[in-house]
Order: sequence, then structure tokens, then C-alpha cells
Amino acid sequence: MGLAKRIIPCLDVTAGRVVKGTNFVDLRDAGDPIEIARRYDEQGADEVTFLDITASSDQRDIILHIVEACAAQVFIPLTVGGGVRTVADVRRLLNAGADKVSMNTAAVQNPDLVADASAKVGNQCIVVAIDAKQTAPGLWQVFTHGGRNNTGLDAVEWARKVQQLGAGEILLTSMDRDGTKNGFDLALTRAVSDAVDIPVIASGGVGNLQHLADGVSEGRADAVLAASIFHFGEYTVREAKEYMRERGIEVRL
Amino acid sequence: MATGAIAVVDYGMGNLRSVWQALVHVADGREVVVTADPAVVAAAERVVFPGQGAMPDCMRELDARGLRPAVLAAARDKPFLGICIGEQMLFEHSAEGDVAGLGVFAGEVRRFPAEKMVDAAGNRLKVPHMGWNEVRQTRPHALWEGIADGARFYFVHSYYVDPVDRACVAGTTDYGIPFTSAVARDNIFAIQCHPEKSAQAGLALLENFIRWKP
Repeated sequence: MGLAKRIIPCLDVTAGRVVKGTNFVDLRDAGDPIEIARRYDEQGADEVTFLDITASSDQRDIILHIVEACAAQVFIPLTVGGGVRTVADVRRLLNAGADKVSMNTAAVQNPDLVADASAKVGNQCIVVAIDAKQTAPGLWQVFTHGGRNNTGLDAVEWARKVQQLGAGEILLTSMDRDGTKNGFDLALTRAVSDAVDIPVIASGGVGNLQHLADGVSEGRADAVLAASIFHFGEYTVREAKEYMRERGIEVRL
Repeated sequence: MATGAIAVVDYGMGNLRSVWQALVHVADGREVVVTADPAVVAAAERVVFPGQGAMPDCMRELDARGLRPAVLAAARDKPFLGICIGEQMLFEHSAEGDVAGLGVFAGEVRRFPAEKMVDAAGNRLKVPHMGWNEVRQTRPHALWEGIADGARFYFVHSYYVDPVDRACVAGTTDYGIPFTSAVARDNIFAIQCHPEKSAQAGLALLENFIRWKP
């Protein structure tokens, strides 16, 4: 027995509510973030991730209050991302109670941010989110702005680079699969996971429990992230863990 | 400061809100303070010594704030809980940055050996060791009360303690190699994982610490 593979429910939060949609359209209200985080904790989630998708900057502080309230009630690791641009943003979220902060576009635009933040708060607190799209067979490039902008960066190379800069973990999302419920891009997940020494969280495309198990056994991910299959009660986190355990994957139950 | 207060030592390395929050949750109304003041540490009934980041930075910042004497004094006679780097700092020396620790326990802080980082199935194990792993209770202790032997706790670290005196080992964990994940001696208990982030098992350990009468 050894280290368990992690299951991480992800909550997209805007204006204080959890929402779920495809590519930021048709957003459905999925409930109160604190209540949902508590429910996942009770079901045995290994961590919880909040992604702040609030568009306007004047509503940015709402997430801080949510993080504070969540950290007072849920005693598992909490990752928060969305709109993180400066080391001060990182500090604000950590001080509110986040354990890790995830950065995406800002890391691409300013790689020094990863190095600076990591040096200041420790690499265990810094997650770099990589949104990747396949551009040729066996080739994936990094996209930003919700998949609209191609940075031209090779996803595997970028993963190596952020590890070198001081990222403690990579949250890898396939933009081709996100919202499709067709399963993770396993080739992408495996290529990135094999290229780095830091843990990789697979994300994008989970539609059933088999997909979660595949992310670990085929994609070699250290953790799997999913949203909609948990939010609308299709499966509980416990069911997901039981399913994975039956397939020989070590989980915390 | 009220009698019965619990001091969380803040030497400026990272965020102690999670530790404070979890202690408050189980403190049953007792005061929990995060403090950089040696006098407050000296006056506390119990002391929690957390840590994150790199050990050389932690040692430097501890001394920059003049906290070393207060921490050493607390480790001599108060219920004392070391967490993560706070556990490692109690040892004589760390391979991380080749730095001296507080020397409360004899032994080294070592990095996971790269050549041993494979699991039973031959898969590569990543460093840092991040996530939920099992803690085997190698001997009974008041802080293990009500916690199942082998319960999973949340870990994030690349270095582990290797005590000279094996009698102080209270818990072990496997990650490529078996390593010491908890040590205890007299009034001191120190653990490599993060009880404040380890759900029910972690809260139980913190609650046990608050009630502990060594």
C-alpha cells in the first residue's frame, strides 16, 4: 500500500455561486459553494478546487469570502484559481485560507510570476494550469483565455518549463475534451505526466467513472479532476473511489 | 493571555491560517493564537510548531525573529506539536541546503532517494510526495487515540526525518522506502504530514493534542 490517487471535484464559481456550462455558455446554477464543498468533503473528496470564473474585477473579492468560509469548515486541501495575476493575488488567496493557488494565462504571459510566487510561498502552494489542444497527431499546444488564444507553446515543453520555474503541481486540461463527457485525452495526460517529476492532475472530459480510472491507469495521472458528474448527483465521490478501488487503484476510502 | 492558550509559532514562513483554523475547530473554546512573540510562546500552555517552504529559510527566519530560545524552552516542558518542516527543524541537520536544525532529536533530514522512487508495480514515484498516504502507528501514543492504525493523512514534502534513536519513532509511511512519519518523546510529538488538512483523522490528532497531558 502507498500513496492514494486523488479525486478532486472542481467548482466553477461566479458571483458567489457554483455554475456549470460548456465553454462558458449555457451556465447552469449548481448551488452554494460552501455547501457543495462540505458535501464533497463528507463523501471523501481528497481536495477541492475552486475556479473563479467571475468576469468583472469588481466582483473579485467575493471569492475571498467564499475561501474564508470554506477553510473554516472543510479540512482538506483547497486549491483556488482564476484571475491570479500577481504574487499579491497569490498571497491574498493563501491568507484567505487556500492551500494552493492555480495560475494559467498569467504564467504564460509572465513566467517569472511562477518563479517569484514559488520562491515567496513555496512550490507546494503553486499549481500551474495548462489548457492544451491537439494541433497534430501526438502534438498539443497551450491555449489561454478559455481556449481561444493559441500561445504556440508545446504543452509538454511548457510543463517541463513550469516545473523548472517552481510549479509544485500541474493541472492539465484538454480543451478538446472539456465539456464533451468523452473522457480525458489520455495520450496528452500520459505525455505530460511522463515528462515531469511533479504531480499531474488530469482534467477535461469526464463523463463516467471508467474515465476517472483510465486517467490514472492509462494517463498515469496522480489525481483526477471532475465537475459535472459530481455536481448534478450522477455519481458521488465515494462511488467514484469504490469504482477505482475495484480496478486495483489505491484510493482513500 | 488566558490560561490554557495554544500558541502557533509564526516565524514568517507561509500561511498558518489552516493550522489555526483547524485548532480552533477542535479547541472547544480554548484560545488559539498565531504569534511571533517569544513571550507569548513562553506563556502558552501548549505550543504548535508548523512549517512550510525550505528548511534553510525556516531556520533563518526563526532566528531573525529571536524565536529559537522560546521554541527550545517549549520543547523541554510544554505539550509540543511539530508539523511538517516544524518536525524536520527539531532534528540536528538537514540535507536541504545543508543546514543545522534545532537538535532536539538526534538525526538527519534526508531527501527521498531518486533511485528508490518506484512502487511495487515498477511505476515511477514523484517527488514531492504529495497526497494521502497511510501512517502505521509503530507504538501506542495519546495522539493516536481514536485514529485507526494505517489511517491516511495528507502529505506534501520531499525530505523526511531519520532519527538516530529508533525508540522515538511513533509512525512510519511507505513511499518508495519506509520512512519515519511521526516521532514522539516525553512532551513532544511531531509529524511529517498536515493534520490540519487531513479531514477526520487529522482533526482527531489535533484534538488529542489539545487534551494531551504528557
